[in-house]
Amino acid sequence: MRPWSHLRSLEAESIHIFREVAAECQRPVLLYSIGKDSSVLLRLAQKAFYPGPIPFPLLHIDTGYKFKEMIDFRDRYTAELGLKLIVHKNQAALDDGANPFAWGTQRCCGALKTTSLLDGLREGGFDAAIGGARRDEERSRAKERVFSFRDKRGQWDPRNQRPELWNVFNTQVHPGESLRVFPLSNWTEMDVWQYIHAENIPIVPLYFAKPRPMLVRGDSLLPIEQPIPRLPGEEPKMVMCRMRSLGCSPCTGAIYSEADTLPKIIEELVGMRRSERQNRVIDHDQDGSMEIKKQEGYF
Amino acid sequence: MASTTSTLPESDLFESFLQAEKAKDLLRLSTAGSVDDGKSTLIGRLLYDSRGIYEDQLEAVTKASVGRNAGAIDFSLLTDGLRAEREQGITIDVAYRYFATPKRKFIIADTPGHEQYTRNMVTGASTAELAIVLVDARNGMLPQSRRHAYIASLLGLPNLVVAVNKMDLVGYDQSVFDSIVRDFRQFLGESRIEPYFVPISALAGDNVVSSSSNMPWFDGPNLLEYLENVPVGGRTRHAPFRFPVQRVVRPNQDFRGYAGTVASGEIQPGDPVIVLPSGRRTTVQSITTFDGDLPRAAASEAVTLSLADEVDIIRGDVIIGVDELPQQSHAIEATLVWLNAAPAQLGARYRIKSGTRQSTCTLNSIEYRININTLAHESTRALEMNEIAVVHIETARPLVFDPYDTNRTTGSFILIDPATNATVAAGLIRGSYDEGRSGHSAQFEWRIEDGSLVVSLRNSNAGFSVASSEDSGAENGPLAIEDIEAVDALQHLLRRLRISLPDRADSEEGDYTI
Repeated sequence: MRPWSHLRSLEAESIHIFREVAAECQRPVLLYSIGKDSSVLLRLAQKAFYPGPIPFPLLHIDTGYKFKEMIDFRDRYTAELGLKLIVHKNQAALDDGANPFAWGTQRCCGALKTTSLLDGLREGGFDAAIGGARRDEERSRAKERVFSFRDKRGQWDPRNQRPELWNVFNTQVHPGESLRVFPLSNWTEMDVWQYIHAENIPIVPLYFAKPRPMLVRGDSLLPIEQPIPRLPGEEPKMVMCRMRSLGCSPCTGAIYSEADTLPKIIEELVGMRRSERQNRVIDHDQDGSMEIKKQEGYF
Repeated sequence: MASTTSTLPESDLFESFLQAEKAKDLLRLSTAGSVDDGKSTLIGRLLYDSRGIYEDQLEAVTKASVGRNAGAIDFSLLTDGLRAEREQGITIDVAYRYFATPKRKFIIADTPGHEQYTRNMVTGASTAELAIVLVDARNGMLPQSRRHAYIASLLGLPNLVVAVNKMDLVGYDQSVFDSIVRDFRQFLGESRIEPYFVPISALAGDNVVSSSSNMPWFDGPNLLEYLENVPVGGRTRHAPFRFPVQRVVRPNQDFRGYAGTVASGEIQPGDPVIVLPSGRRTTVQSITTFDGDLPRAAASEAVTLSLADEVDIIRGDVIIGVDELPQQSHAIEATLVWLNAAPAQLGARYRIKSGTRQSTCTLNSIEYRININTLAHESTRALEMNEIAVVHIETARPLVFDPYDTNRTTGSFILIDPATNATVAAGLIRGSYDEGRSGHSAQFEWRIEDGSLVVSLRNSNAGFSVASSEDSGAENGPLAIEDIEAVDALQHLLRRLRISLPDRADSEEGDYTI
């Protein structure tokens, strides 16, 4: 008998969730964000439906500010797996000049992520959007359900959530309403890395350390992938670093790191005293800002 | 600032560390207790001391606690997630927390202990294998401690820990602890539960993750040691084989399989099985997974079974072993926990989901309500949020089930209100009931008389329902109970007209003109 480890237990739970979505929802879609959690989601979906194909398309909300390495990886990996990929972009907002420096992070995220996501879901007529969010990422996510109900405007009401018991999930929605489904709810960042290592899952090279040009500003390492306003005299330097989580390049800082292999990343994580979203500028706008974004429809 | 560890272990040392990390098992537990019991402080400490809390989360908390609680770190702010709750200073929902030690990974369902939050406690306990009930040493066993212990036993948790907290405030006095242990044992009486009692101070850290020098009289393992070593997952593995079918997998002509999660027991290729409700017998041909075929599959594993014979199987069917058969019935007696602000409606129809099977059902009767503080049985006509009752439910499709006491997966269900889609109740199946003696042997008939609806009640001692008669469906005549649509339509009409039918206790035979 193979040992029943926490990873296998989490894997089985996620597979069960995937199969419930496919069995009970009309038009599910997998929200694919290219990061490590998305890579794990795809592997779990493959396992859930094997020997059949993954029975729904992927939807990527492209803000136009993603790293080129992310987009390359996305196109290569989804083609390799033979998956149907839908890319949705809020082109109108980009044409209006949406960027985090001119618009501020809240307004920029609102237009390029939240609005774009809701539009993408509506256009596809999707009634269930599967995402890779984990409850350990951020305080307000700790209370998120696995099958999380969204009203007709795509909004979340944290005070009026459906109780969720055993592994019996309520997937019922009226027309126009939808569900967000989180198969990785009970995974932690450490679980995700251990699973990537155990399963040999492909991830974007940005997660591995190598010398990259960065603006060094205080404790922060800012990638210069996209034009970014500089302080007087500020010049990019080559820094041995990696990304701990992947978002839009202007709003995702790198961390100093020598970790260029999976075991080294995990080893680094064991010694790490900061949570992974800490390098995401957008969470710090105001106390409880993730909760507010989520109520509006953000993932 | 983020940095790599300064002393890098040798790579093979690290590799063995990694293997050990990946092989850790998982314990799901729930906690219950009110703010005053120091529950959030306890969880905060478990997370903090086991390094589950990262530095910047801690910084955010230190920032937020200014003005509320000057000075020391308020551990409870780590766990009280939502803004509304922070403003009110109470936890109002179930929150999930994660921490790990070198031995085990833990998932905590953190639930509030206030009386109105029975529903949250039940939700948290439903996925847990162990519950921690917190008792304030100064107050001893309060009604809410009894409530927590009762819910843990109702939900079938194999392990219960009673943590007597705030021992520092009673001078670490052994007699205080002993008397609480005595009271608890007396309350639990002959129930099967034997809790582990541990005296702690969450605030001071006594007996939480390290043993306390302040209580030399206590020589049991501290709380974390106990959590790390309690056996998990053994019970379902040795139960009879149950496999609720989630999906039929048929990617091409050559493969036909049934995907699902093993609810209990074990299976191997070649084992004989029965498919319910059809009753067809066949054998397991293979156990397919993405990682290759398996020689066996056990409880909690998500697999795909192929069978030796072509059998007609749909989602919601249950594949079982041949040794111990489950029950099959339309008439379910269950303990129901009402979760919704809108009270239960006798005679109303709900969607029922048990395992992977969905059906519709009617709430036929409330046998009695269980007073959660005294455990007394009380008669009632209504079931409000947070109340627990034993009820009779009639399902449109027969349910394949085991009693909840023997199988938490095939013995549980939820009820969904078809109008709002809310999850309104959690059900724990006790068995089937004798349909002859239930509510729907009582009848009413209806007719239109001078433009009024007249409802005639028959057999009033059993309450209301719709008449059964040979000539069902007659326009003005009695309706057959089988004619669910008509019953529904009539009840819907009566509700629309804001007319309530006379209920069980005070209904008398005779005509009611409406």
